[in-house]
Amino acid sequence: MNEPIFEALKAIAREAVSLGGDGLPRVAPASAEALASVMRHAFERRWRVRVEGRASWMPPDAPADLVITTERMNRLLSVAPADLVATAQGGASMRAIRSALAPHRAWVPLDPPGSPDRTLGSILATGTAGPLRHRFGPVRDQVLGTTVVTGDGRIVRAGGVVVKNVAGFDLTKVQIGGFAAFGVIAEINVRLRAVPVARQTLVARGGLEALLEAARAIAEANVDLSLLELCSPALTASTEWALVAQTLGTPEGVNAEIERITTAAGDIRFDPLDGAAADRFLAAVGEGVLESPVVVRAGVLASGTPETVDLFGETIGLGRLSAGLGAGGLRWAGNPTPAHLRALRIRLAEREIPVTVERAPWAFRREVGHFGVFREGVRPLTERVRAVFDPGLVLAAPLEGQDGS
Amino acid sequence: MAPAIAEPATDPELLRALGRIVGPRWVRARRSERRAYEADGLPTHASVPMVAVLPGTTREVIALVRLLAERGVPWVARGAGTGLSGGALAASDAVLIPLTRLNRILEIDPRRRRARIEPGVVNARLSEAALPHGLLYAPDPSSQSACTLGGNVAENAGGPHCLKYGTTTNHVTALEIVLADGTVTRLGSPLGEPWGPDLVGLFVGSEGMFGIALEITVRLEPIPAAIRTLLADFTSVREATEAVGAIVAAGIVPAALEMLDQACVRAVEASIYAAGYPTDAAAVLLVELDGTGPSVAAEATMVEAMLRKRGARSVRSAETAAERARLWQGRKKAFGAMGRIAPDLVVQDAVVPRSALPAVLDTIGEIGRRYRLTICNVFHAGDGNLHPNICYDRRDQDLAGRVEEASRAIMEACVAAGGSITGEHGVGADKIDYMPMIFDETSLATMCAVRRAFDPSERANPNKVVPVHSCREWRAATGRRR
Repeated sequence: MNEPIFEALKAIAREAVSLGGDGLPRVAPASAEALASVMRHAFERRWRVRVEGRASWMPPDAPADLVITTERMNRLLSVAPADLVATAQGGASMRAIRSALAPHRAWVPLDPPGSPDRTLGSILATGTAGPLRHRFGPVRDQVLGTTVVTGDGRIVRAGGVVVKNVAGFDLTKVQIGGFAAFGVIAEINVRLRAVPVARQTLVARGGLEALLEAARAIAEANVDLSLLELCSPALTASTEWALVAQTLGTPEGVNAEIERITTAAGDIRFDPLDGAAADRFLAAVGEGVLESPVVVRAGVLASGTPETVDLFGETIGLGRLSAGLGAGGLRWAGNPTPAHLRALRIRLAEREIPVTVERAPWAFRREVGHFGVFREGVRPLTERVRAVFDPGLVLAAPLEGQDGS
Repeated sequence: MAPAIAEPATDPELLRALGRIVGPRWVRARRSERRAYEADGLPTHASVPMVAVLPGTTREVIALVRLLAERGVPWVARGAGTGLSGGALAASDAVLIPLTRLNRILEIDPRRRRARIEPGVVNARLSEAALPHGLLYAPDPSSQSACTLGGNVAENAGGPHCLKYGTTTNHVTALEIVLADGTVTRLGSPLGEPWGPDLVGLFVGSEGMFGIALEITVRLEPIPAAIRTLLADFTSVREATEAVGAIVAAGIVPAALEMLDQACVRAVEASIYAAGYPTDAAAVLLVELDGTGPSVAAEATMVEAMLRKRGARSVRSAETAAERARLWQGRKKAFGAMGRIAPDLVVQDAVVPRSALPAVLDTIGEIGRRYRLTICNVFHAGDGNLHPNICYDRRDQDLAGRVEEASRAIMEACVAAGGSITGEHGVGADKIDYMPMIFDETSLATMCAVRRAFDPSERANPNKVVPVHSCREWRAATGRRR
């Protein structure tokens, strides 16, 4: 334990400071202001900071002088059901947010991989959307504004609480998927949706080629879906691939779309899942990636998915894989070596497909970086933007690989 | 209007150097030529640039930017000049770079539902080009028949259909940009997944202060199989706004949900854009639903019932494409129709939470009476994006002063209701003084610093968006830190 740091933190944050299991001083501020106070001290003394939510996604293993956890910043600060807007602290869990919104018949269409206890701040920082991105878009589309504490302890607000807003530069965008390199997300204004009257979920199982063909036909028919996700056998603990489709809306509309799915899919048989079974299936898909130490996402268009799945198979194995066959995007979980991931990145870069490390042990993240090698011109720009939000580089976030991989 | 101050003489050598890049005919240095660029769509601001230079290729744009970097000359990129915030005005020491000649659609890829275009492509032209493939480009600002996609990127433009489909930022997946120092960089990917932090998201809406988009990749959407457009009229504005809240709260997301108040309806109906709106209504709502046939039919039934329950006197459904087009013409040309009322028109832009619409509209009515102004409201009700239109004559200085004071009062009312000073027009020069209403000094200074990450010399579209003093304070703070 670093006693001087522990004692110094005690002096400024008192009961919010404890000693973590790893021997590091651990601070749990309850507000943006308290967080800013700690960050200012860390910046002035050049302490290296590891930011954690509930440690339910990223392994809490980055080397640091102290840990800041948002676990006490866990409140849903406001809900405006009529405006379909809510404000939550960064440490609020998706489970708690869902429960709090249910009586208002509202929800946030975020279904990230991992545990339902993941914090909203973690979901933003890693930009981890789930199958619902098919209808509702990536994480950034659900965020109206953020309050961020910078690496030197400033409190910066961007965006607002209205659903349309172009006042000022959109600083929220670098926070989302920025892996905490651009500050600690203290508060988030999210856009809510009214809970749909009807929902129907279908699943088909079979061979990869047949399901890809069925998905292509469904997508070409422009069926109105909330998700259309392909899942590998390992992800659903099955011997076959699965294609899950879901539609939301009015009962008449949902029934009509189900009819269209089955027509477009031809010989592929889709079986309906009741509400609870659908929840279980999708939760298993989301939580399945936790079985593997490394999770990556590939920014592939749906039209490029078949070839990309093959490339994954050839390079690092099929692993626990899911792919959006309408909106695009592919997630893979497994245990690759850094060399294998580099090889995959090189092959996919030729096809304009970025590969982002969403979750991995520190040593792996540090070696290959969340984003791999930056394109020409992006590195200096990223470094300058990062310097605005973390001038002392006190936040541990390896965006680029250590060896430029 | 244009300031009557003596202008510095333009360096003839600079003009020759600019001419060597684009050809002398594309250098507009005569005052009469430059005055064509003194304003955008906002009549309250004007500024004549030092010179206007119109490049015809991206290579010429890059060469221009590099030349101006070498000489330390500020510049302003401009699209079609339809902006409504004075955002593309250049001062007399700055070079204006209109990008309207870069108007090529480079690629439409129907399989991947993507298009690559140059920044000077007109918004509506892209949808026309995508139409044979069964696709469209969703953001549809009212000026879409003239405004350019480069301008849309700079302003993060919206439009009626962004209620369901999102604004420009939700449709741009990749950009090739040139920074003010002449560096050319590619950001984003065809899917939209970034190769690093989301610099595309940061660039869109940066109002021309981060650089110039040389090439834009956008997402195209399938043309909906079914569209239903409803027109509902109400005898009270409050009932109309409450109907808006009821529709959204029911989980229905219309493609568009627009409102026009009586003053606006009457202006439209008295113009060549008459759409058949009832002129005795206090407000009309235009509700458009799109999707697949059965879904749209079911939602239309629900929406019609909600409209009637909330007090709609009548609900009419467009039966033909021509009728739908006519209903939309009235909405999209409403600003033009108001030209009949007075020679000048300020189209204001602010956003409030939907639940605040009734109270804020009441307040705007009071502000109109207080300042003795005619204010018409035509706006995107579904997302709370107000467009109070103030008709006036700019030659009347007293009147112009009252317009300015009323605009500020409207902004204050919207901010007090929890809203924002702009939903889609941008801050530009017009609203720069309002920025402290919604952002504290630290946040403004951070915006300045991010701008300097893209353009350390602050030569790209200077003196817009963030008040200068906020930038100075940032520089002082970082200087102390070092």
